[in-house]
This record gives sequence, structure tokens and C-alpha cells, in this order.
Amino acid sequence: MATLPVDELKIIERYGPHLSGMTGVRLSTSAEPEQLVKTHCCFCGQQCGVQLKVRDNQVIGFEPWEEFPFNRGMLCPKGVKRYLQGAHPDRLTTALRRDSGSPYGFSPLAYDEAIARVAGEIARIQSASGHAAFGVLSGASLTTEKTYLMGKFARVCLRTPYIDYNGRLCMVSAGAANKKAFGIDRTTNPWSDMVGTDVIWVAGSNVAECSPITTNYLWQAREQGAKIIVQDPRITPVARTCDLYLPVKPGRDAALFAGVLNLMIEQGWIDREFIETTTVGFEAVADYCRQWTLPRTADVTGVPERALRQAAEWWGTAKTSFLFHARGIEHHSNGVQNALGTINLVLATGRIGRPKSGYGTITGQANGQGGREHGQKCDQLPGWRDIANPDHRRHIAAIWGIEEKDLPGPGVDAYELFRKIDAGEIKGLLSICFNPKVSLPDNTFITRCLEKLEFFVAIDFFLNETARHADIVLPGSLQEEDEGTVTQVEGRVIKINRAVDPPGEARQDWRIIQDLARALGRPHGFAFSSPREIFEELRRASKGGVADYSGITYEKIETQMGVFWPCPSEDPESGRPVDHAGTPRLFERGCYNPVAKGTGPFYFPDGKARFNVAEYRPAVDDVSDEYPLFLTTGRVVSQFLSGTQTRRIAPLVKQYPEPRIEMHPRLAERLRIADGDWTTAETRRGAITLKAMVVTTIRPDTIFIPYHWAGPKSANQLTVAAQDPISKIPQYKVCGCRVRKADGPPAYAAQREPQQ
Amino acid sequence: MAKPADLHFFIDPNRCIGCQACVQACSECDTHRGESMIHLEFVDRAQSTQTVPVVCMHCEQPTCAEVCPADAIKRTADGIVQSARKPRCIACGNCVLACPFGVPEVYEDRQIMMKCDMCYDRSSVGKKPMCATVCPSQALFFGTLEQIEQLRPMSMPVNRFRFGGQTIATRVAMMMPRDPIGRRPLVDVTDAMLERPRQRAIRLTPASADPFAEVQV
Repeated sequence: MATLPVDELKIIERYGPHLSGMTGVRLSTSAEPEQLVKTHCCFCGQQCGVQLKVRDNQVIGFEPWEEFPFNRGMLCPKGVKRYLQGAHPDRLTTALRRDSGSPYGFSPLAYDEAIARVAGEIARIQSASGHAAFGVLSGASLTTEKTYLMGKFARVCLRTPYIDYNGRLCMVSAGAANKKAFGIDRTTNPWSDMVGTDVIWVAGSNVAECSPITTNYLWQAREQGAKIIVQDPRITPVARTCDLYLPVKPGRDAALFAGVLNLMIEQGWIDREFIETTTVGFEAVADYCRQWTLPRTADVTGVPERALRQAAEWWGTAKTSFLFHARGIEHHSNGVQNALGTINLVLATGRIGRPKSGYGTITGQANGQGGREHGQKCDQLPGWRDIANPDHRRHIAAIWGIEEKDLPGPGVDAYELFRKIDAGEIKGLLSICFNPKVSLPDNTFITRCLEKLEFFVAIDFFLNETARHADIVLPGSLQEEDEGTVTQVEGRVIKINRAVDPPGEARQDWRIIQDLARALGRPHGFAFSSPREIFEELRRASKGGVADYSGITYEKIETQMGVFWPCPSEDPESGRPVDHAGTPRLFERGCYNPVAKGTGPFYFPDGKARFNVAEYRPAVDDVSDEYPLFLTTGRVVSQFLSGTQTRRIAPLVKQYPEPRIEMHPRLAERLRIADGDWTTAETRRGAITLKAMVVTTIRPDTIFIPYHWAGPKSANQLTVAAQDPISKIPQYKVCGCRVRKADGPPAYAAQREPQQ
Repeated sequence: MAKPADLHFFIDPNRCIGCQACVQACSECDTHRGESMIHLEFVDRAQSTQTVPVVCMHCEQPTCAEVCPADAIKRTADGIVQSARKPRCIACGNCVLACPFGVPEVYEDRQIMMKCDMCYDRSSVGKKPMCATVCPSQALFFGTLEQIEQLRPMSMPVNRFRFGGQTIATRVAMMMPRDPIGRRPLVDVTDAMLERPRQRAIRLTPASADPFAEVQV
């Protein structure tokens, strides 16, 4: 039983989150670093280059890395203070076992003993209930080498189909839409292509807070004449000075895209020649859009007709453009349709596959791109291959040295995996780089599932909220304690370099996984001695796939400061070895890919892109008489995801200590709530009491709560577990809620520090 | 060593996204580690996401130095107004009261005034100040006048400011939109929801064009 071993506040007292500030050598103005390590930030998918100052096996500060081409020294506050996560008082330096006899719920355990215990429990569960009774949750903040290893470990060592990852909360709607429309899943152009365009459409992306470095690309594009269109229920910092702001109601994005496309078709603002020669499926889309007249679109989306007309005209008549989207349109039970709606707008104008004309989806996590390519997804094998495809299975089985028939089939998405725990089908769980108790919707259900597990092992560097339920915790590594590659937002594969060694008994995650494989008596294929060796196997495994990394080497990454995949080792046309520099821009005319084989630029046998009918469907648990307001959730700039790292860094916590409920003064006035009042927001799943933040920068029918906090401050107590039928992404961005002034401060206010 | 004469500091509040990377990076600077010398002001968060980063403007004739009874504030030949000199500063706070931009602060525990010195340890060896290096929106920019003219055609640098009867020329320039009427910032979502938008409550326009007539950097 994985209920908490002792009272949660006792666990917090010992394991945090506590704050790490600038003290000791990190406050010294004279301590010279022994070395500067060129690497990248550990947080978001922008993956800014940064140099870490290292002294005595400790990261003591940072120095901007101005040569790295993507960010040229620029960093957000998280990147500046990231180094404070090292040498942290909460850091796990030994394995832990759950111990309700200990005042803090856990006792240290020798590493080898912990590995033996975990292997024993896995073997016990699997021999009693079958291989599929054990599940694995992994994450997209891991290096690509680790994500590859996790997929291989689940399929080859554990022989379970049940592995999925936290990109399920992040990139899957975009990924599924890209696959349906382009046959490949990657941003099409480098970010530098934004500068010099006529118009940029930002759909559901709070760029300033979630991907700050993109801001300068936007502003620089505007200086050179681009008009900026921002679609968001809030006036985000980027929307404040945009040229056209579309204040869309949460959950209505597909309707907006259909209405705009309909107007473009009516006005002839489309590229008929491109549509006819390079795409299929346009007529069905045009038929569908016909019902989205201007008045109806305005009525459904809450965006006035004048703004829709302006958007259609600017987008329709531009010569060059960039459109990018993020979780704002993707975190919906209609997420794939929303993303397809944007792609239809791009394809209808033919502005793709050339300089200054592109489409992109902003990745959330460090390895939001690479982490979704090489096999930790439930339906996927390395090289962006399909686990249900017999050819793909044979290729990977051969690389892994197993029989194709022994390779498990498709598993289920991360949320469904919890439903299987609830149903008793999955009895044991290994989790790494994932904090579902904070990050999954309706997380009261997630807690109940964790409590049902027979055995739960977590690999982590801090005892996050989910790991508090673990039977055994294995001490893993911080990003700066290991090396490997990640693929950032543009599709550029870059290199993370080790700055320090893991402290105490902590190990690099890939070593822990291999130790487990050995302890399970199945070491075959898990004898890598370095991340480089894993990467070399990954290169071979990805060869010939859509996400072809076979031509990428650590050396090429360092020399070129990143390599855009696909980067084959052999010329796909002639089969001859080639020193490929990578592919910064996809779909350029005359380009060759292994699927189209020269018939066209897109990754389908006929080389043509696909229009897909992108249907508007109302949100699940939409506003109603009982719950009349929209609840939407998202990030703040100083925190990251479930806060496991950023809620432990003092200057970041100080910048935005606790979540607040954002609401418009009109709503606040009606509810007699003043700025700073304790306020309760309630949905069908639960209630939360936080202080109100009354601002004119949000729709009066909508409230916003950032999701980085845990327990009684967790926004995901409220969100709905509805999922997109294709991508299985949860609908974080909309559900019906009601709000009232609270009677007084909640109990937690006196018991917990802001970050706890 | 001195700051190269052709490198200047420019602030563009139009670009600022309020992320505070500048504030966090400033506290990493080796001359005042742990303390940030830069302020990030929300103009009125209830009404707008508009924020303004405030660094020392490095006045040609620094009011802070003029009012200092201990002669502790010096302007070096390269135009940088330095933090108070330790042996001289008596922490009286005159400079704090007098600075028209609200920049200096007295640190009571150390009994000294400290303020932005344009990262003198960096800028005097030709590097960019920390805040302008990290700023993700490049609302803080450090470079040559030619660069700013080439990169920012929509705005112009101004470095003369009028406070009542006092006109102050500064080494740091603010970027002003060339057409401030053309792109008015959005402050209230409900304005954007209307078919006929209301006149916006806030119009950020210069008081008059005159004070900036003879702009020079």
C-alpha cells in the first residue's frame, strides 16, 4: 500500500521543498571558478545555451554563452538561477525506503540493497500477475539517450507494453496533428526565419512567460515589418503590444480557425496552385468551414467580427509568415483538431517549405522534441517508428537483439495507465522525471491510484510529491551531473555537458536503469558504459526512420553548435555514405525524404501534405448554469512544470511565491471580491482557496490559475481528466467552474511555506 | 580600463515582458553579488501587464553627485556614474531623495549607497552588462548607435528628460516609438471583445514632441 507513510507535513519538514539561496561560495565575489562548462538550461524546450561556473564539484554560478546561436546569451530568470538546484539541502544522496516508524516517513537504504529490493518486487509482481502488471512512467526532461533507454528497458527487460511519458501532458496534440498533416513531427523552420516575415500568428502561447527567448525573435520580426496576431483569453505580455489581439473564449479555437479559413476562401486569399499540386483534402475542409460564417464564428469564439476579418485579411494576403502554437490550443479534448486548424491555415496559403515561411509548435520541456521521438511513448519505437508496424518492429528487434514476437505491442497513455492501476491491472510502477500527483488533471484520482499500488519505485533527485508515495526511492541525477543530447524547439539536436558528479550514493539515471536490468537477471542490451555508447546505438536504431539521427555525432553537434534532424548517415537517394549537415528547414522544394522518395516534399508516399477537417467540438465539462465561468490554467515565468526544481530555488519562489486566482474587475465586482481576498474556486472535481488577483488583462468570463504548486494549492485538483480522443492530451485549458469569496484563510496558510 | 565610447545602453519598455531575468541576473554580478541593483516596475498591474526596467540612467550632470555632502559619488571619464565610494559615503540618503529616476538605494546594514554601475567590471572590459546580456526581449540593449538604428527602425533613442524646470541629459537612452499613436497598447480584454472598440483608457503618448527635439546620444 502506497499511502503516505506519515503525515505529509512531517515528510515536508525533512525533504522539503525547502529553499536554496545564494550563500557561501555562491555569494562570494572573489571565488574564481575552476572551469566554465558550456551546456544548456535544464528547464524549457528553448534549451538556451549557458556556461556553468564550477568549483569543487559544485556549480557556483553562470556566465552567459553569447556564441550559442539560438539565444546568444539571453536567459530567463529560471535560466539565471538554475544553478541553485545543485548542492541543495533537499537533495537525495542515498536510496530511501518507506518507513512509517521513522518520524519523517523514510529511512536511508544502501544503494545495492535498494536495487535488489526493487528487482525482487518487480520479479514478484511479474511472476504472479504477468509482465504487463508492471508499468513505467518516464519524462521529456531526460536526455534523448535516457528516453531511448527507458523505452528499451520497458520493452526488452520488463517486457511490459505499459510505458508512457509526461510529454502526454505536453506535445502529443501537436505531434499527432503534424503526423496527420505532414507525416513528420517537427517545427518546420528555424526560429530565425521569423525575422523578415509579413505576419506572425501566435496561437495559444504565452511566449513571454513560457518561452521567453522567443520574444526577441517576435519583436525583431515586428521591427522589420511583421504584424503580430495573438490569440489568447488573456492579454499576456506579448499580447499587450501586438497588432491584433483575438480574445478567444477558452476551448473555441477550432471554430476560430474554421471561420478565418472560410473567410479567406470566400475572398480568394488562398494559394490555389499550391493546394492543387502539393496537398490533398482541401475540398472537405472547405465544405466543413462553410458553416462557420462570420457572425456564427464571432458568436461561438467571443472574438468580434472586425478582428476575425482583420486576421483573415492579414493572414490571407501576406507573402511570408510564421504560425506557432503551444499548449493554449493543444491542452484540449479537441487539441488535435485545434492544431490541425492552424495547419489548414498554413497549407491554404502555401507558405511553408521556404525561407521566411514556417510553422512551429513550441515545446514545453527540455527535451519536448527529442523525448517524443525515440520510443518512450506507448505506441512508438526509436526513430519515430510505429510499434504496431511489422517492418518497424523487425528493424528495432534486430538492433536490440531480440525476436520480433517478444517485443510488446502498443501500451496506453499515461492517464489510462493510472486507470489500469485503479482497475487493479497494473500493480507495480516505476516512475522517473514525472510528478503526476501535481501535474495530472483531477489529481485526487491520481493520489487514490498511487495508494492502490502494491509496489512503487521512484527515481529522482528530490523527493517530489509523487515520490512521497514510493516504497523505494532511488537517488538519480540532475541534468548537470550527466551528459547526453536533447532536441530543442527548432529540431536542433544539442549537447548537454556534465559539470559536476552526483553527490553521495546518487547515480546517473542510465546507470540505475542498467543496475536494475542486471539485478533482474536480464542484462542483455544494458551494458552501456557511457551516454555516448547509448547514442551510438540510438543512431543505428533511428537510421532510415523519419527521425533519422544516424548522421549526428557528439563532435558534429559541438562543431556546428547543434544539428537539425533529419540527418542521415547515408544519402537516402543513392545509399552512399554522406557527411550530412542536418536539415534546418523542412519541405523545401526538390528535397528528398525516405517516405515520399522524391515524389514531393511531405512525408507521405505521394509527397503531398494533408488537409484534415478540423472540427469544432465543445469542451467536456464546459460552462453551465451551475459552473458558469471558464477555468484555464498555465505557467508563470519564474516557475517550471510541477515545481520540483523551481519551488526549491529561493529567488524564483520570491518572484511569484504562491498561485493566485486571476480575474477581471467586472467579475470581481459582481462577486464582491477585492484584489488579495481569499477566494474559492470550485469545479465538479474539487475546490481551491487562493488569493485573488484582480486584473483587466483576462476575459471577464474566465479565471486563470497557474499549476506549479502542490497539495491544497494545486490547480489540478480542479481540472478535468477529459482527453483528446487521438492524442490523449488532457483538457487543462478549460472547464466550468464557480467562484466565491472565501470565509477566511485556508488551513494550509498557517502550516505551509509558500513553496510547500 | 573604461567602457568603450561607442557602446551605449538603451531601454525599450515597449519590449519589456516583466520576466525579471534582469533582476535575477543583476544579483549575480561579481561586484554586488546577492543584491540586485535593477528595479522592475509594474506600472499598474491591475490595469496592464506593462513593466519598466529601471537602471541608472548615468546622467551627464548627476543630481545624486551634486547633492552628496560627502563627495562620495563619482562619474568616471567614460560617463559611468559609480556607486558611492566606501570611505566617503555616510549613508545619508540625499542621493536617494534627489535622483529624479529613483535609482540609488542606501543599504542600512552596510551603511552605503549602492546602485547600478552598468556592470563596470564587465562593461569596462568591453563586455555587455549582465542585464542587457540576458534580457530575453532585448528591452535592455547594449551596443552601438549604428546597431540600434539598424535593429530598431520603429523607435528612436532619446536621452533628454524634463522634470519640472530641470532638463537632464543621460548616457542611457530610452527608446520612444516614432509613431506612438499608431500602436496603442492593449490594457483591457473587454475592449478587444467589442465590435466597436472603446477609446482606450490609457494612451501612452509623450507629453509633447518638443523635449526630444534635439536628441543626441
